[in-house]
Amino acid sequence: MAAVPPPAARAPEGEPLSAAAIEARLDEHLDLVLSSRRTAAGPARELAAFSRAEQELVLRWVAVLAAAHAELAYQFASLAPRALRLMDEAGVEAWVRQAMDTYDGAGLYPAVAALREVEAFAERARARAAGLALEEVAGVLERYVRGLGGRPLKVEAGEAPWTDTETLHLPPVLGVLGDREGNFRLYKAMAVCLWAQCWFGTWRAPLVARLRGAGAEAAALYAALEALRLEARLARALPGARRELDALAAALAVAPWPEPWPEAARRLAAPEATAADSLELALAWAGRVAPPPPRPWEGPPRPEAVAATLEARLERERRTLRRELAALAEEQRGAVPDPVRLEAAPFALERIEDPAAPEGFTFRLELDGQPIEPPEEVRGLLTSIVQDLGEIPEEYLVPAGPGEYDAGAQPAGRDPRDVWKGMYHEEGAHLHDEWDYRRGHYRKRWCVLRELDVHPVRDGFVERTLRRHRGLVASLRRTFEALRGEDRLLRRQPEGEEVDIDALVEAYADAATGQEMTDRLFVRKRREERNIAVLFMVDMSGSTKGWINDAEREALVLLCESLETLGDRYAIYGFSGMTRKRCELYRIKRFDEPYSDEVRARISGIRPQDYTRMGVAIRHLTGMLREVEARTKLLVTLSDGKPDDFDGYRGTYGIEDTRMALVEARREGIHPFCITIDREARDYLPHLYGPANYVVVDEVRKLPFKVSDVYRKLTS
Amino acid sequence: MTGQTLRPEEHFVETEPYYEPVGDEIEVFEAAWRNQLPVLLKGPTGCGKTRFMEHMAWRLKRPLITVSCHDDLTASDLVGRFLVAGGETVWVDGPLARAVRCGGICYLDEIVEARKDTTVVIHPLADDRRVLPMEKRGELLKAPPEFCLAISYNPGYQSVLKDLKQSTRQRFVALEFDYPEPELERRIVEKETGIEPELAERLVKFAHMTRNLKGSGLDEGASTRLLVQAAKLIVSGIPPVAACRAAVAQALTDDPEMLAAIHELSASLF
Repeated sequence: MAAVPPPAARAPEGEPLSAAAIEARLDEHLDLVLSSRRTAAGPARELAAFSRAEQELVLRWVAVLAAAHAELAYQFASLAPRALRLMDEAGVEAWVRQAMDTYDGAGLYPAVAALREVEAFAERARARAAGLALEEVAGVLERYVRGLGGRPLKVEAGEAPWTDTETLHLPPVLGVLGDREGNFRLYKAMAVCLWAQCWFGTWRAPLVARLRGAGAEAAALYAALEALRLEARLARALPGARRELDALAAALAVAPWPEPWPEAARRLAAPEATAADSLELALAWAGRVAPPPPRPWEGPPRPEAVAATLEARLERERRTLRRELAALAEEQRGAVPDPVRLEAAPFALERIEDPAAPEGFTFRLELDGQPIEPPEEVRGLLTSIVQDLGEIPEEYLVPAGPGEYDAGAQPAGRDPRDVWKGMYHEEGAHLHDEWDYRRGHYRKRWCVLRELDVHPVRDGFVERTLRRHRGLVASLRRTFEALRGEDRLLRRQPEGEEVDIDALVEAYADAATGQEMTDRLFVRKRREERNIAVLFMVDMSGSTKGWINDAEREALVLLCESLETLGDRYAIYGFSGMTRKRCELYRIKRFDEPYSDEVRARISGIRPQDYTRMGVAIRHLTGMLREVEARTKLLVTLSDGKPDDFDGYRGTYGIEDTRMALVEARREGIHPFCITIDREARDYLPHLYGPANYVVVDEVRKLPFKVSDVYRKLTS
Repeated sequence: MTGQTLRPEEHFVETEPYYEPVGDEIEVFEAAWRNQLPVLLKGPTGCGKTRFMEHMAWRLKRPLITVSCHDDLTASDLVGRFLVAGGETVWVDGPLARAVRCGGICYLDEIVEARKDTTVVIHPLADDRRVLPMEKRGELLKAPPEFCLAISYNPGYQSVLKDLKQSTRQRFVALEFDYPEPELERRIVEKETGIEPELAERLVKFAHMTRNLKGSGLDEGASTRLLVQAAKLIVSGIPPVAACRAAVAQALTDDPEMLAAIHELSASLF
């Protein structure tokens, strides 16, 4: 495992290293990929010309990259001089990080390719510095078009602005206008024009079908004509957006299109003009009129991509709508759907005039002649279907019969274990980032985690434990009962339900002696409600084999007894795994699950598994705790040692990743706490959990009692 | 200018509060009142529940006593308590007891916010017994026929902890409120503020855009109340986009991305 490179021993501080010194240090890391014909001499010679700080930067990253793959490090060393000439140090680091991310996600060759594109990267970085990156504004744009209405549209990076009616593809960086504000306006113009295409019927199914056969030129003409029509519609519906388009055209000195375009614009500006008119005109003009140059916020249309999306969506939405309607009919009538009555199409749509809608009307759903308020999903589906077809065909309103219920539903749930049979893929798993302290950066989607169930074992373990610790159970129950939220009388309050007689007597005495009479004369009842959710994360690594595992299981049994007395919400998960591609969380008790026989059997079924990759387990459980509503959220880890996994997840790396995962948890308002039996834990736990958030239990034998005891202290 | 002190029992609504009925809620409420049935108003915030209560108080000519419930509201806050005054203990009625005594309308706003044990004291009042037990005094207060109990609750925030118990909700006649239809909402904004119809229509459209964002980052869309406030700002000369930012966007969220998106929506619309 590569550590941080040692400080250079052979050159005084600040002086650039000689080519020979650099070569020697490169050799240390690149040994594996060097040969007599391929040496580090070339890169070393070039690097000798740079300052010491730049040399150290390169050497540091060579060490980091070599830990991942020596070839990657060699490529970096060869390209680094070029990169240093093109970019400043921060730029070079960004370039390496991007290559590392590619390596993590896609492997060596794409990563090397990413490194080689150093010129393009530098170019993009420059544009980014001057302009605006899509990722900075994608969130705002997505919400913006969402608010405008209609089907939700995603925003993604692509070359030219275009849409497939589900995703808006916008350029990754815009630097056309000098400042960020201007570039944001341009992004917004692109987004609103593409949204208008989806909302005002440019991509209606019948039109798309006709357009597909008409050729690229007709498509370009159609896009230009539609742009004119939509500008007029925007002027009516969103005058502010239209003004911004005009301002952009002025700022970018966009020349108006020559005749016959203004004439066409006048015709298409009529309120009754539709996309069908644009299409007629486009087909008539094809071969006679040249398409005009697209304006900066426009891109070439892609009818083929739209057609593919449309086809899949129409079928999917027809099925989903019919299924939803069947459920709705059942719910409204309070009965199982009767196939005969369902055949008679009980749903109908009533058109209602609405000048704000793109078609000038909206629909009201009726069931058996009575108007009903459809649920959110159904309303969204109806809107989406109208966007595609301009209406809801009759057949869409026939609720699905019982036999059709499963059609189009998700494929049957797979056993997560099957993933390891046959081809590797990551379906059904959760992907989590992992912190690499050497890079000072996350490895994206690095760990593959699955939730599995502990196989329940009914071997009388729980009963034996309860019998053996009979006295302890009773005393724990008493202590925890005392903790339970009970009405507490607060005396001497300025207001409250009853008069505090003691206080009143004193007050009279005070008044009689001429002192001021206090107003704190009341008793107030106050229930200190416990509002705690706690998640126990149990180490199920191989090192717990034997009596540690027994102690853990006993501790859990006693803990559950105590928590049941207390009434706090709690969940228990075990964690283990081997390598980043097989991290496992074992469900022992979920939050919403009662402490049942099944749970008891799962506790006794806890068996040591493989390794301890803690970071990913903490991240996953943090996500789970985030969903729970409670004033206090606790994540308690029961462990027997340092984080440790097969593929280099040990030492500083494992500790730093775990620490970062705990920092993330704290950011979510979760209190992490650790109970461990590792006697060396005092060396690293304060670094992970903070000085007061861990307990080292010296004797495994005491663990069962200690866990409940620690929990009591922690929450009272 | 001096503030005016009013005893709640004497607080009759004198002039008709402006209210546009959405459906048959006025008739249903009147019928419930005549039959001495308690009423539950459901609906999102700012859609006109409180205004409706004021309107009904005016219509039925009963004093209206409103209690905004909070998580520290105890049963004695509602019923009454002994206070020490001038060396003696004196009983002081709580708002609920006062409403019962004067045969008024007691409106418990956002009832789920109150402590669970508090909601139980209204049970005997809310069924056919129609009595308010005053344990501390060892008395039962019998409600006159004019007395009416109304509670409100917002099913929108789906918190497991803040749900109305079945035993409570099944005592009430329930009226559902929602944001009015666009046409009606426009008229309400216009009437309340005197804003131009064109602008009122755009404001309503803006409200619908924010309601589209419900669930994708917003807990609730803009309410009619927020629209009225924005319209008032516009009428006093604030430009529409600035008014929407101050009265709507900032009121809805603190998330910078969401704020930017809502701001862009209003900038596109006006």
